[in-house]
Amino acid sequence: MAIAFVLNGESVREAAAAPSMTVLDYLRTRAHLTGTKEGCAEGDCGACTIAIGRAQGEGVRWQAANACLMLLSQLDGALVKTVEGLATGDGLHPVQQVLAESDGTQCGFCTPGIVMSLYVLQQDGAPDDAAIHEALAGNLCRCTGYRPIVDAARALCAAPRPSEPAVATPRPSTAHGALGELHLFPDNLADLVALRATHPEAVLIAGATDLGLIASKQRRGFPLAISTRRVVELKRIAHAPDALVLGAAVTYADALPAVEAAFPAFGALIRRIGSRQIRALGTFGGNLGTASPVGDTLPVLLALDAQVELAGPAGSRWMKVDDFLTGYRATALAPDQVIAALRLPYLTEGEQLYVWKLSKRHDQDISTVLAAFRVRIADGALVSLQAAFGGMAERAKRARTLEAALIGGPWGEAAPEGIEAALASDFAPLSDHRASAAYRRAAAANLVRRLHLATTRPDVVLEVHAL
Amino acid sequence: MSRVVHVPARHESASAHVSGRALYLDDMPEPPGLLHGALVLSPHPHARIVSMDLSAARALPGVVAVAAGDVPGVNDIAPIRSGEPALAQGVVEYVGHPVAAVAAPTLDEARAAAALVKIEYEKLPALLDLDEAIAAGARVAPDQMVGRGDVDGALADAPHRIAGEVRCGGQDHFYLEGQIAIAVPGEDRDMQVYSSTQHPTEAQHGVAHVLGLPFAAVTVEVRRMGGAFGGKESQATIIAAIAALLAHHARKPVKLRLPRDVDMEATGKRHPFRIRWDAGFDGEGRLAGLDLELAADCGNVADLSPAVVSRALCHADNCYFIPAARYRGLLVKTNTVSNTAFRGFGAPQGMLAIEAVMETVARHLGRPIEEVRAANFYGDAPRNLTPYGQEVEDNIIAEVVAHLDGAADLAAWRRDIATFNATSPIIRKGLATMPIKFGVSFNLTTLNQAGALVHVYTDGSVHLNHGGTEMGQGLFVKVAQVVADAFGIPLDHVRVSATSTAKVPNTSPTAASSGSDLNGMAALIAAREIRGRMAGVAGARFGVPAEEVVFADGRVSAGNQSLSFSEAARLAWQERVQLSAAGFYRTPKIHFDLATAQGRPFYYYTYGAAATEVAVDTLTGDVRVLRAEIVQDCGRSLNPAIDLGQVEGAFVQGLGWLTCEELKWDAAGRLATRGPSTYKIPGSRDVPPDFRVHLLDRPNREETVLRSKAVGEPPLMLAISVWLAIRDAIAGLAGEGPIRLDAPATPERVLEAVAVRRGHAGAG
Repeated sequence: MAIAFVLNGESVREAAAAPSMTVLDYLRTRAHLTGTKEGCAEGDCGACTIAIGRAQGEGVRWQAANACLMLLSQLDGALVKTVEGLATGDGLHPVQQVLAESDGTQCGFCTPGIVMSLYVLQQDGAPDDAAIHEALAGNLCRCTGYRPIVDAARALCAAPRPSEPAVATPRPSTAHGALGELHLFPDNLADLVALRATHPEAVLIAGATDLGLIASKQRRGFPLAISTRRVVELKRIAHAPDALVLGAAVTYADALPAVEAAFPAFGALIRRIGSRQIRALGTFGGNLGTASPVGDTLPVLLALDAQVELAGPAGSRWMKVDDFLTGYRATALAPDQVIAALRLPYLTEGEQLYVWKLSKRHDQDISTVLAAFRVRIADGALVSLQAAFGGMAERAKRARTLEAALIGGPWGEAAPEGIEAALASDFAPLSDHRASAAYRRAAAANLVRRLHLATTRPDVVLEVHAL
Repeated sequence: MSRVVHVPARHESASAHVSGRALYLDDMPEPPGLLHGALVLSPHPHARIVSMDLSAARALPGVVAVAAGDVPGVNDIAPIRSGEPALAQGVVEYVGHPVAAVAAPTLDEARAAAALVKIEYEKLPALLDLDEAIAAGARVAPDQMVGRGDVDGALADAPHRIAGEVRCGGQDHFYLEGQIAIAVPGEDRDMQVYSSTQHPTEAQHGVAHVLGLPFAAVTVEVRRMGGAFGGKESQATIIAAIAALLAHHARKPVKLRLPRDVDMEATGKRHPFRIRWDAGFDGEGRLAGLDLELAADCGNVADLSPAVVSRALCHADNCYFIPAARYRGLLVKTNTVSNTAFRGFGAPQGMLAIEAVMETVARHLGRPIEEVRAANFYGDAPRNLTPYGQEVEDNIIAEVVAHLDGAADLAAWRRDIATFNATSPIIRKGLATMPIKFGVSFNLTTLNQAGALVHVYTDGSVHLNHGGTEMGQGLFVKVAQVVADAFGIPLDHVRVSATSTAKVPNTSPTAASSGSDLNGMAALIAAREIRGRMAGVAGARFGVPAEEVVFADGRVSAGNQSLSFSEAARLAWQERVQLSAAGFYRTPKIHFDLATAQGRPFYYYTYGAAATEVAVDTLTGDVRVLRAEIVQDCGRSLNPAIDLGQVEGAFVQGLGWLTCEELKWDAAGRLATRGPSTYKIPGSRDVPPDFRVHLLDRPNREETVLRSKAVGEPPLMLAISVWLAIRDAIAGLAGEGPIRLDAPATPERVLEAVAVRRGHAGAG
């Protein structure tokens, strides 16, 4: 029942702490490792970034993660490295050395998290500037203006990476209980379904990047939780003849290569979901199950006509994602069911997928509006269109009036008309702290104009980040 | 030995930062019996506290709960005026106003206990809108005026006249380390407070007031802060005072650390401003008269607002001589959190105002803004007198602007942008420059003093302490460099130590970019005092006058006679000569009459200029800063690496203020953006990919510490070039409409401005 992990090279078997304790609290108050900081406790600032290692092939694959959102039970079977665990002896690890020499620290509070993100980045070989920014997207620095940190990252990635001996990972177990909490980690779908049926009151936890906020900010634990993380069937990525099939517990990070290969625009979006820290844990099933109106994958799934597999005691069945999403954070999932997989049909000949996310900040921000268009154009006419939007309604939704207005019409040099009217019929967006309803309406219509330009004027620059 | 000053030297804690060994307050080993604190915040923007019941919270084991009625001293921590309670007294005035506080053995128990505090409120009408509050005459302090000449006459007689309005938003400091204090009761009512504060002396006074103690019974200490930016000047005092109040009642140590959302709701930010102006000018764009109204949203109490508005009014001239000026500052009260110090301290808003005027004038005349600005630059007498009566004696703005042009080749840059725009219908580029002149010294003359304490030990190592605080800006290493240079010893022989009210008393805040100027000079004076004594001893040994003794390369020498620095120190000790000195510095030449707003508030000015290129998406309002070129005057930089970091960091912080950082309140007056998931500060990709900073290396004409200049705040205002460049891109669109773009230039505001330029009524 003890939670077993290796912390900075030392084996830990933790049986006394609550499974819902955040990893950040554990590190700071139990392990007395105060290098890892709390900057926000909501997985956005990155001051609590640690590296989580899991066996992969002969070696270890390290991923950055937010300790503030992780539950202690999620560490079971993992290697954990904190800023204190990098250096051997009294010296500094090369990542630490280069960051210090680059004048990459001022107040130093964000620094341990940045060190850990760069440490993980360095494992990946020699990336380009885009990869550096992607690795730093989950780390906020308020002092330096980042230039010296990016310089340090460039220097590090140009240097040979230090080799690390492989470390045996602890054997995970299927249940962790302490202080009145029980967290269950079934390793196969049958057990998961059986547990779900027996404990409909349990919280189903995938990556906990959303639910983790309850532990982190509201300071409430999960007395009974069932994790999908170790369910073998839910971790699969399969290339069916006509679709990419992703298990519900596949993380964004794990899915990225396959998704990017099949749907480049979707891959580009995934690189903007949360941060690398979040994508190491967050799952497709979790995003769908949360059913947020601004869930980033949902409009894309709708545009692709994706299907979701629901598994329960009565067996499993497939349904359209469009039917699965029933309202604001509401789905058709029955209390005894779990999301098992997603089926993403490949584009057919001549079809293109465009995905555009609008937010106040390019990286690691919640969408103001997200549009996904699956479109086929032939002989100057729009033959088919599946358009879906996030941030425009209580749920991610297809723009069926818009589709009907545009399908079959001419798609020539002049921008299509009637976009605003069609979208007004499809959506009545709200005003909130991200933007007003008026902006959402205008921007959504303009994204249809962008679609028109993207498909008719390849010479025109359409995004500031394309420069 | 190589030089230790005027050369790059790493932050003194860099190795500790990267290894995770740098201790912030929350990382310190906890004293036995420590309790954890939590605040109870007002849910209403304005309400009378009808009753408060702390009994349920107090009934929990080990819990202490306090409210205004439990203050043994005076419940007032106002930094300038009075009547600003640490815990709300009788009324609450904003959502997030601390009403009560609890302490419990664990943080979770404290938060649970805070939830048990029962408060009955009677809601009162709330002023949530700046315009309504201005109209209602709601003020936290008297309005201010800076000016001269016959403005009405100048406006009436001018060949051209335009009026305008522009607004800029507030800004959360978003220091990565939230507000925190640990109060440890000592013997005989003494209170030791560890506070993440830029102003230990004010925290000491706040704690003493609240507890009814003499200042001497309260010691405040801070080794480092995880960022501050002005947010831990007066605001830290509130947290320290409440922690001390809890510790006083608990008779145990108490740690009060605010979670991010509580920090953002309960503590102050940069002032939003409404700016209205009326300008008269000639055909060259030379201003004859300017009537300017700066209405600052001060929030619920004055806090530092009188000083912020004063600095705004003293920077609304920027680099320009305006013969007839009437600058009015309104200190508007609203039922929002009291706004406070933030890097720039009013100057960014004042400069944004005058640059909006310059840009509008230039556009009206169809002239390049650089020409209009140059026509207005301060010059020789009588065109060298500011509206507040100070002569600009050190004017180098023309040289700085020329340096920028030489480094950036603005004409070629503009041609490249025009070429791009000619074939780009959707993404449009803009370019703008921004000159700055920033006055260095606290407007309040009294604050321009500092103390330092230097000990030389008999092994030659040096202990350095001063009143300045380290918040990441590199103050400690700069002052250590100055001291090492004075003794001619390597930098690592100087140990800096935590700032403490017990070591250097009656200090000023580390603020107004003045940390190095003031504390560096105080430390230099102390070091020179000891050096003089050591020179006397060494000179006697060598048989030469003290003046002939040289301190260099770790040695104390005269001619071919020489001692190591440690031998000289030991010799001085043997001769019973004191190796410790307290240095004290007061800035010369300055004086300012707050009543008339006339005098010489600033010892000197620092100058800078920036040119920035942006790309604007006319379909979505997305903006990206593509290139920034900066020239910043640093005098003889004490440490070019640290100064470069200040310039880059300030520019990016200013970029955030003017683009992505948007504070939003809901209809009930509650801050809706109270965490990094909703309040977006710049990330690494928001920094211009082509970002070049040139430090102008030339000595300060005034006798500052080793002829250096202040650098902390001025470059923040260079980011106004970002806002102007966005406006430039919009102005390049076909259309006859005005350029109407407030700050921050969020995608929504930019898209709206695009629509207005094109003559469309709504967005899009």
